[in-house]
Amino acid sequence: MLQEESDLSLIIAQIVQKLKGSNLYAQLERQAWASLQRPEIKLESLKEDIKEFFKISGWEKKLQNAVYSELSVFPLPSHPAAPPEHLKEPLVYMRKAQGSWEKRILKSLNSMCTELSIPLARKRPVGEQKELLNKWNEMGTDEPDLSLFRPVYAPKDFLEVLINLRNPNYENGDSLSFRTHLGLIQVPLKVKDIPELKEFFVELGLTTGQLGIDDSTQVPPELFENEHVRIGQKVLAEQDSAAAQQYVRQGSPTALRAELWALILNISSQPEDILYYEQLKTNVIQHDLLVDSLIYKDVKLTASNDDYYFVFEDYLYQVLLCFSRDTSVLGHFAYSSASPPKSYIRGKLGLEEYAVFYPPNGVIPFHGFSMYVAPLCFLYHEPSKLYQIFREMYVRFFFRLHSISSHPSGIVSLCLLFETLLQTYLPQLFYHLREIGAQPLRISFKWMVRAFSGYLATDQLLLLWDRILGYNSLEILAVLAAAVFAFRAVNLMEVTSLAAAEAVLADLSTLKVMPLLQIFLFATVT
Amino acid sequence: MSRPKNQNYKGHGLPKGKEREGEWDFYWCDVSWLRENFDHTYMDEHVRISHFRNHYELTRKNYMVKNLKRFRKQLEREVGKLEAAKCDFFPKTFEMPCEYHLFVEEFRKNPGITWIMKPVARSQGKGIFLFRRLKDIMDWRKGTAGKKLTSLEAQPARSAINPSGSHDTRSSDDQKDEIPVENYVAQRYIENPYLIGGRKFDLRVYVLVMSYIPLRAWLYRDGFARFSNTRFTLNSIDDQYVHLTNVAVQKTSPDYHPKKGCKWMLQRFRQYLASKHGPEAVEKLFSDMDNIFVKSLQSVQKVIISDKHCFELYGYDILIDQDLKPWLLEVNASPSLTASSQEDYELKTCLLEDTLHVVDMEARLTGREKRVGGFDLMWNDGPVSREEGAPDLSGMGNFVTNTHLGCVNDRKKQLRQLFHSLQGQKKVPS
Repeated sequence: MLQEESDLSLIIAQIVQKLKGSNLYAQLERQAWASLQRPEIKLESLKEDIKEFFKISGWEKKLQNAVYSELSVFPLPSHPAAPPEHLKEPLVYMRKAQGSWEKRILKSLNSMCTELSIPLARKRPVGEQKELLNKWNEMGTDEPDLSLFRPVYAPKDFLEVLINLRNPNYENGDSLSFRTHLGLIQVPLKVKDIPELKEFFVELGLTTGQLGIDDSTQVPPELFENEHVRIGQKVLAEQDSAAAQQYVRQGSPTALRAELWALILNISSQPEDILYYEQLKTNVIQHDLLVDSLIYKDVKLTASNDDYYFVFEDYLYQVLLCFSRDTSVLGHFAYSSASPPKSYIRGKLGLEEYAVFYPPNGVIPFHGFSMYVAPLCFLYHEPSKLYQIFREMYVRFFFRLHSISSHPSGIVSLCLLFETLLQTYLPQLFYHLREIGAQPLRISFKWMVRAFSGYLATDQLLLLWDRILGYNSLEILAVLAAAVFAFRAVNLMEVTSLAAAEAVLADLSTLKVMPLLQIFLFATVT
Repeated sequence: MSRPKNQNYKGHGLPKGKEREGEWDFYWCDVSWLRENFDHTYMDEHVRISHFRNHYELTRKNYMVKNLKRFRKQLEREVGKLEAAKCDFFPKTFEMPCEYHLFVEEFRKNPGITWIMKPVARSQGKGIFLFRRLKDIMDWRKGTAGKKLTSLEAQPARSAINPSGSHDTRSSDDQKDEIPVENYVAQRYIENPYLIGGRKFDLRVYVLVMSYIPLRAWLYRDGFARFSNTRFTLNSIDDQYVHLTNVAVQKTSPDYHPKKGCKWMLQRFRQYLASKHGPEAVEKLFSDMDNIFVKSLQSVQKVIISDKHCFELYGYDILIDQDLKPWLLEVNASPSLTASSQEDYELKTCLLEDTLHVVDMEARLTGREKRVGGFDLMWNDGPVSREEGAPDLSGMGNFVTNTHLGCVNDRKKQLRQLFHSLQGQKKVPS
C-alpha cells in the first residue's frame, strides 16, 4: 500500500515538475489572478472557489489533458535508484547495439561530408537567404543537384542490424525451440499472443461498430455511423483528450479527424507555437545544413513520386527542414534508446565544451522518412499546425520505428510479434516461405518501419493511424502485417521465390485495413 | 445478333474511308469523319455512332456561350431570376472578334483583372494566353500575334476549322485582315482558384448522353483532378505551365516527370475536401456540379440534331474556386482516351467498357436501369432520384439526385448482379 502511494506521489511530483515549466502553467496562473476580480470568488474559500472557476471555464479540462499527455508519453518511473539510461532502455545489450548502429550512421554521414567536401553546416549568404525566403512556399520547384547524395541508410540496412542482434545472456543450448530460430529476429522479448491482443484491442471486436467496416455503402448509417459521428462531435465539444483517445479506437469520421488527433496529441495552436515555428523557419533561412540535402533527396525519391502525395511536396520541405532545427525534439531522447549524434566545432574534436548536436534535433533522416509527414498533409493545411502534429507524432510513436529498443512498441518487438503471430497461426505458410528463402519479415519490414505510409490507400492508412493513437501503441502494425499475409496465404503458398512473394504482396493499395484486422484477431479459428 | 465490327478503343477511329462502305455496326468515329460523311451515310436501326452531328454546339466555346446565354434568358422569362442564376457557372465570355466592342466595355468596367484568350476549336491547351492590358490583344488582333504565341502554338487559322458559317456573324473589321483569323473567345480568368498544395487543378468528369430528345444523360462515378506542375501565382501570367492544367501542356513543362503523372482520382479529391470542409460543403459542391452538367445539356437540347443512332461521351472540364463554386471551363466531345499511368489506363478502359454496356448493342438492358457499372443515370427527361419509385418533383422534399461522382465505384460487382438478374428475367416468359 505504502509503496503504491509513494509511487503515485513520485509520479505526481514529476508531472508537476514538468508542467511547471510549460506555457499552460503560466496561463493558469494568469487566469487565477484574473479570476480574483470575479464576484463569486470569496477570500474565505479562495482555494475552492478558484478550483470551481477552473472547472466551469474549461481550464481544468486543459490541465487534465496536459497531465494525460504526460502520462501517455513518458514512461512511469521504475525504481528510484535506476539510472537515467534505464529510462531510455533497460537492457544493456540493446543499448550497446543502438550505440554501435549510431556510430555507423554517423560515420556514413561524415564520410559523405568529406567525400563531397560539403560542410555539415554553413551560414547562408544574404542573397541566398532572400532567395530562399521568396521561394519558401514552392521549394519543390528547386532542382538542386542531388546526384552525389545518397540516403544515409535504408530500412533494409537497419533490418540487417536487427537480424544480428543477440542477447549475450541468452543461451539456447541444445534445445532447438521451434519458435525462436525460424524467424529472423533472434532475441527473446516478450510479445503478446492472440488472446492478449484480443483483450488489448477489444474495441476492434466483431460486436463493436467500426469505421472502416460499419460505414460501408451497404450498411445503413442509422445502425452505427450517425451515432458515432454524434458522439465524436460531443467529445470535441468537451475537449477531453482521454475521451478522444478512447473514441478514436473505433475510427474517426473524416470531417472530425483533424481536430480529434490534435486533441489527443494535446496540440492547440497558440500564438507562441506559431511564433516558435516562424523562429525555426528563420533558422532554416539563415543556415544550410548537409541534412537538408538528404531531406530534399528523400522527398524527391519518395513522396514526389507517389501518386497522391506529390501534391504536398512543398509542405514536406517546410515541415522537415524546420524539424531538423528544432532542439525541443532533443527532449524525447530521455525516453528513447537512441542518443543524438554529437559533432565538434572544427579543430576541437573531443572537447565537450565545443560539442553540438547534429542535426540540431538529433534525428538523421533515412530513406522514406518524409513518408511519416505525407499523410498528415491530408488533414492539416496550416504549416505551423501541421508541423506541431508531426513533431508530436514523431516523439510519441515514429521514433520507435527506427531505434533499437526492448519497448513493446519498438521495431524489434514489432518484428518479433509479427514473426511469432505468423509462426503460431500460419505455420504452414511460414515454413513454406522460409524454405523458399522468402523470410516473411524481409517483405513486411518496410511496411512496419514506415507505419504503412505509401503502401496503403490514404483513407485506409488514416483509419490505421486512428488506432495507433487510440491504443497509444504501434503493435497494430505488426498485427496488420500478419493479417495481410494471412489474407494472401493461398497465393503465397504457390510461390517459389522471394521475388515472386514480393510480387504477390507488392500492391496493398486495394486492401481494407479494418476487416483484415478483425478477421485475423477475432474470426480466425486457431 | 449483330456483332460490333469496327471498334477502336484507343484514341479516335482509324480513317476508314472507302473500304468500309457502311459495313459497320458500331463506330467510334473521329469528328472529322463525322463532318464529312454523316450526312450521306445510311445507318440501319441498330447502328450506333459515337457523336452527334452538330455536337460543336456544346463543345465549341463560342457556340456554347451563345446557347447558354439564350437558355438563361429563356429561363429568366419562363421561370424566374433564381432559376436563371443557376446558369451562372460560366465565366463572362466574349466572342472575338465579333463581340470585341462588348468585351472592351466589360474590360473597362473591371480594370486590373486578368482575362484569358482561348481559340474556340483547339484543344490540349494550344493557343491560349493570358492578358491584363488591352494593348496585349490589340497587337494580337492586328496580326502581330507572333509576339504572344508561345512555342506550343501550331500555325494559326486554317479555314477548315470554321464550320460553314451559319453562326458566324463577323463584323466588317475582319475582312480587312490578310490572314484569316480563327475565332477566339476572351473569358474572365478565374483568379482565385482552389489550390491544393499550392497548385491549381481542374476536374475532368465524364458524361454520357444517349439522346437529346428526350434528354438522357449518365454520369460516370470516376474522373480525375489534373494538377498544374508549378505553384499558382498571378505574378507570372506568361507562364503557361502555371495556369494551364491540361496534361498535354504539363507534359512539355521542364518540371514534368512522366512517372509522376499529375492526377488525383476523384475519390481521393472528394475525401480530401471532406476532411477539410466537412461532408455538407462537399455535397453542395457536387450537387452544383450536377447542375452544371444538366443545365449545359438542356441549353443545347433544342439545337442538337438528336439522331437515335447517336450517343456521345463528353469530357467536362470544371474548375473550383476558393469559395467552393464550380465553373465550367469547357466540354470536350472527344476526351482523350490515352492513359498517362496505370491508374489512368484502368479508369479509361472501364469507362469505355461501361459506355458500351450503356449503348447496349446486344440489347440486354431493359431500359429502366438507373445504374450500369460506373454510370449513374443522372437525367431521364427529368431528374432521377436516388430513391426507388417516382421522382419527387415537388421542389425540395427528400429528393436526392442519383449521382455518385467521386464515390465508391464497385462496378464489377454491380455489372455481375445486373447481368445476372437480366438473364434471370429473360428466362421468365413475359
